[in-house]
Amino acid sequence: MSGSCVPFQVGDLVKVTQMFPLGHNRTPRYIMGHTGEICQVVGEFANPEELAYGRKGFPKKMLYRVRFDQASIWPEYGGAPQDKLEIELYQHWLAPASNRGVKT
Amino acid sequence: MQQPPLKPHDMGGLPAGEVDRSEKEHVLWEKRVDAMMMLLQRPGIGLLTTDELRKNIEALGPEAYSAMSYYERWVAAIANTLLERGVITSEELGRRIEDVKKREEILP
Repeated sequence: MSGSCVPFQVGDLVKVTQMFPLGHNRTPRYIMGHTGEICQVVGEFANPEELAYGRKGFPKKMLYRVRFDQASIWPEYGGAPQDKLEIELYQHWLAPASNRGVKT
Repeated sequence: MQQPPLKPHDMGGLPAGEVDRSEKEHVLWEKRVDAMMMLLQRPGIGLLTTDELRKNIEALGPEAYSAMSYYERWVAAIANTLLERGVITSEELGRRIEDVKKREEILP
């Protein structure tokens, strides 16, 4: 599923899109395909994927802080089961998700 | 899903070994690179964005990425950004580097 254009709200579940375009982006590989929960709407920012090529970065993109269960990201995670990872991701890398689940 | 190889900067989750927590003193040229970066980004100058710097660091390729130090990567990426933007030409950069080399040969 491609990235959503409808803004997310705190508490929404989202799945990080798996895509591997050329160019510059800020979505690390380790988080792709995982489902997390929006914990903060950070705001709109010029798109770094455009700024990287000397352009203005418009239209701006909404940035979210998304919270994931550490244990769901790392197969051999040795920490506490309640440990979380928070990462900032842009709107167009996120799709609505209905339930937490393992990476698909 | 078939995935392309990781780019060298995209190292989240890879084994890292021991983390070196020792403080390092920056040498003069590193401070100059830092200052140049700040000046180029400054509003009113605006000849470079952090995003261009990152993109050009990522574009160095895996070998250069691992062989170069932090500020070596910065200075290479700054140079490439200024070339892309037409602020400097390759010829100007090449001649300048040769001039500096000669200057160092003269100095004791």
